[in-house]
Amino acid sequence: MDKFALKIMCPDHVFFEGDATMVEFTTTQGNVGIYAKHIPMVNVIAPGKLSIHCEDGSVKTCALHSGFAEILQDEVTILADSCEYSDEIDVNRAKEAKERAEKRLSQRDGIDVARAELALRRALVRLDVAGYK
Amino acid sequence: MASMKEIKRRRAAIQSTAQITKAMKLVATVKLQKARTKADASKPYFTVMYQTIASMLEKSENISHKYLKKNDGGKIGVLVITGNRGLAGGYNNAVSRQVISEFKSNETLIYAAGKKGRDTLLHKGFEVEGDFSEIVEEPLYKDAADITKVLLDDYESGKLSEIYVIYTNFKNTVVHDPVLLKLLPISKEDLLQPETTESEGPRALMNYSPNEDEVLDAIIPKYISSVIYGGLMQSVASENGARMTAMDSATSNAEELIDKLGLQYNRARQGAITQELTEIVAGANAIE
Repeated sequence: MDKFALKIMCPDHVFFEGDATMVEFTTTQGNVGIYAKHIPMVNVIAPGKLSIHCEDGSVKTCALHSGFAEILQDEVTILADSCEYSDEIDVNRAKEAKERAEKRLSQRDGIDVARAELALRRALVRLDVAGYK
Repeated sequence: MASMKEIKRRRAAIQSTAQITKAMKLVATVKLQKARTKADASKPYFTVMYQTIASMLEKSENISHKYLKKNDGGKIGVLVITGNRGLAGGYNNAVSRQVISEFKSNETLIYAAGKKGRDTLLHKGFEVEGDFSEIVEEPLYKDAADITKVLLDDYESGKLSEIYVIYTNFKNTVVHDPVLLKLLPISKEDLLQPETTESEGPRALMNYSPNEDEVLDAIIPKYISSVIYGGLMQSVASENGARMTAMDSATSNAEELIDKLGLQYNRARQGAITQELTEIVAGANAIE
């Protein structure tokens, strides 16, 4: 299968740099899977799971929170605000964040609803990626 | 000539000052190294961000977007990044001075990141609209994103017509200059001018999903956050660099002074001994 160069950058470090055969992530339009030789495109990323399919068939899963992806024929660059591997996720912290956000949303007064919703979504993505049900 | 006691006291005082400046220099050196690594680590992200946005604006001839056109009527917002503490040579003053010379106090709203710049500009009659001083010591990307949100909200509400950021660019330990950058409205000319990145020739025609407007909506705030984050990182490195140099010269000045006072002290002591001897000899002579 054709491979392409994948680069995932966070503001303070380069998260991933290497070859991949496919990468899956969530955009504001829904989930996408990108293979090599895709048409050039810029996508806005929504919080979701990111799967990197490596050449040797292994799959790395990460939680990807926001950012955008620039897709070229043989090169995909993802600029992420934050990104973490599934085994780096602090499940307890995510659970707490989820409860906090749910509580805020249930009260619904004097809060930044959009922000709380985003926080809830981030927590859910983290829990999902970490395999916690 | 000053008395021996006085010289001794002065010398001790300078010695303890030298000790402090020396310690401060060491602390600044360590912090500088840390800040430099961080500043370097933030560069690749910024570079790609910059290239993406530059190529986007270059190819898309006439996008009209709220962040690309000038707001009328509002004031000019300036994010001023300085340090919270002094004793860093000309670091804080250089930034404040440039703000004072470039902007008029009655048409400008200051968003301060750093107490020193905030206080100087307040004193000069500028209006300080926002204060983010507590994050300057160890800025995180999240802090930059928070600042961006405040600035963009004020821009969208029409309070600001333009947004600038001024920070100190770290070239090396000795050379760091204040840099003034326009954040909004973004124009092609401004963006493509500085440090012209090597043009890679015409790239393939880019598609934007869902559409250009929404992509710009998402990317421009991130671009601004990354500029601010980079600026904060550069400033922290510069501050520590400036403090290191300032404290280094303070220490060597103090050492010079200590040497001089040591010489004076010895001379005074010798003078006192000679005088005592003369007195004894004179006394003995008088008895005879």
